[in-house]
Amino acid sequence: MRAFTTHSGLVAPLDRANVDTDQIIPKQFLKSIARTGFGDNLFDAWRYLDEGMIGKTPNERRINPEFVLNAPEYQGATVLLARDNFGCGSSREHAVWALLEYGFRCVIAPSFADIFATNSVNNGLLLVTLPTAVVGELFDLAGGGGLTVEVDLAAGRVEATDGRMFAFETDAETRRRLLRGLDDIGLTLDHADAIREFEARHRVRQPWVFGAPARGPA
Amino acid sequence: MSGKTLYDKIWDAHHVTDRSDGMSLLYIDRHLLHEVTSPQAFEGLRREGRRPWRLEANLATPDHNVPTVVSERRAGVPGITDETARIQVETLDANCRDFGIEEFGINDVRQGIVHVIGPEQGATLPGMTIVCGDSHTSTHGAFAALAQGIGTSEVEHVLATQCLAQRKSRNMRVAVHGAPPPGVHAKDIILAVIGAIGTAGATGHVIEFCGAAIEGLSMEGRMTLCNMSVEAGGRAGLVAVDDTTLRYLEGRPFAPRGGAWAEAAAAWKGLHSDRDAAFDRAVEIDAGELEPQVTWGTSPELVTGIGGTVPAPDEMDDPVKAEVAERALAYMDLAPGTPLAGVPLDKVFIGSCTNARIEDLRAAADVARGGKVRVSQALVVPGSGLVKRQAEDEGLDEIFLAAGFEWRAPGCSMCLAMNADRLLPGERCASTSNRNFEGRQGHGGRTHLVSPATAAASAIAGHLADPREIAA
Ligand code: SF4
Repeated sequence: MRAFTTHSGLVAPLDRANVDTDQIIPKQFLKSIARTGFGDNLFDAWRYLDEGMIGKTPNERRINPEFVLNAPEYQGATVLLARDNFGCGSSREHAVWALLEYGFRCVIAPSFADIFATNSVNNGLLLVTLPTAVVGELFDLAGGGGLTVEVDLAAGRVEATDGRMFAFETDAETRRRLLRGLDDIGLTLDHADAIREFEARHRVRQPWVFGAPARGPA
Repeated sequence: MSGKTLYDKIWDAHHVTDRSDGMSLLYIDRHLLHEVTSPQAFEGLRREGRRPWRLEANLATPDHNVPTVVSERRAGVPGITDETARIQVETLDANCRDFGIEEFGINDVRQGIVHVIGPEQGATLPGMTIVCGDSHTSTHGAFAALAQGIGTSEVEHVLATQCLAQRKSRNMRVAVHGAPPPGVHAKDIILAVIGAIGTAGATGHVIEFCGAAIEGLSMEGRMTLCNMSVEAGGRAGLVAVDDTTLRYLEGRPFAPRGGAWAEAAAAWKGLHSDRDAAFDRAVEIDAGELEPQVTWGTSPELVTGIGGTVPAPDEMDDPVKAEVAERALAYMDLAPGTPLAGVPLDKVFIGSCTNARIEDLRAAADVARGGKVRVSQALVVPGSGLVKRQAEDEGLDEIFLAAGFEWRAPGCSMCLAMNADRLLPGERCASTSNRNFEGRQGHGGRTHLVSPATAAASAIAGHLADPREIAA
């Protein structure tokens, strides 16, 4: 997994609450069996006017000029600003892959949905939770383009171009993993003996968990 | 010291250790897999040269992408006309074969939506920890199992380690008192709960549902309820074990038998919150006051009774809520003040892991019996091959077909419209599924979430309709 320490980048304001993962990456793209190839279809139904399909390249599409990520002033944005409950809905990790592949390294919002938050950590996408009022302030600053922020994970700080600073909190575990880009499975397998011992006790206490099915359909 | 909640009990019984980074390792009893969120996880295992930790914990089936037209389905995997979908199903078959994981293939009678087949097979048992790369895994919480939806990296993690690395969530209790009036079903209860607490109302929490209305529900109803707890932002939903739970499970293929059953059933009786357990949050709802629910917006919390009208955004106090409502109404093409009953429909979908079990189909058939469909397409998609067979044994398929519904093969179908079952831009649908997000049922499609009874009544009426009036 990719580490996250500090990142400095242009902020794109996506002024919507409850942005669900169906919007972040629509279902037709989930048919892919690869981990890559989702960036061009991030926010597909909002970004383009025609319906997207696997295999259609951005050049063949009709761009929606109204959508914020298509505005010239937000080209190259790497920090996404959004409203409450970002990433709700489906568990699809493809949403995080699409955000990263598009170029986003960090999302700032007042709150995030649980599964999306876990998926983000597992891929090195930093989620910064800031109070609603602060997010509102950032929306004001980001409108019109030109707001660049520096996000420092270790310090828990977002610093805007004009010197304004906003402190944010992350829990210690998430911070440590993101800072070092640790392999999650490797970390767990360090405890393989403990898992085996637990499993042996569990087998005695709840043998039905380990039972094989009776033959044939119900 | 206060007692333990049901969630605390299951957590404690599966807590292996804390990792060096502070994350807790939770042992996973059952892992369900499907074709959409697993390929990248298997690829990861191969890349790292890892094997599944405990093969028998895993059970796989293709559901999201499979065609549901009976004739297309007959030809099996090679007959899937959409090439990308076919590759995905073939990939699941190949991965299960290579790694030795049990799979119910596309035309196995046991195939179906993962959240329907787990309970149906007794692969979902009380007190278990269950995961699946699908947010509606919360469904299995109806059996007092801690069931959570996970992402693909976590699917790989569980395959490789049999554990989930996470922090414990908080406890939330949703008590539903009273008895729902006739015509009001589990779906209406959960939509009303989400309407009351919002789609982020339970974020960071595991919800335990309790109260007389929940005790009175069948297992099918409890699954509908827990299924949508993720739509309220909950990490999982739970219902305590009672005789209804045990009656449903006894004799199912994966359930213990004989003496082992008695031993298990005795242990499961302890799967409820202690009387003095402390919850971080508590919400109370009175089911006796509910009417059938219908959503009017693009998020499940934008919901009201079927007798209600489309709300006016400019009368809302919260500017963010007003803006959300305004955008939703523009997308849904609805004007404030419009009575919901009477909104004309193009399509009706009865299916999904929320409402495609036998009881759901019976409720819909009861309303549809003798009527004629007045929308351009009305689909009934059973949740599994076994549900389909049972419905056919009961003659439900004939009731639907006679009324003009299409009777399909099991799968997710128009719940997420990955296959050919979908809405066209601008089409409006009453659907028994769980998400009314923009484009969920097809690019530009408009979804009204309802119960199976309301969906059937609406199909017959040609517009959103109150099932109590059709039945009367
Ligand atoms: S029926 Fe719908 S919600 Fe349920 S698993 Fe399938 S796609 Fe997901």
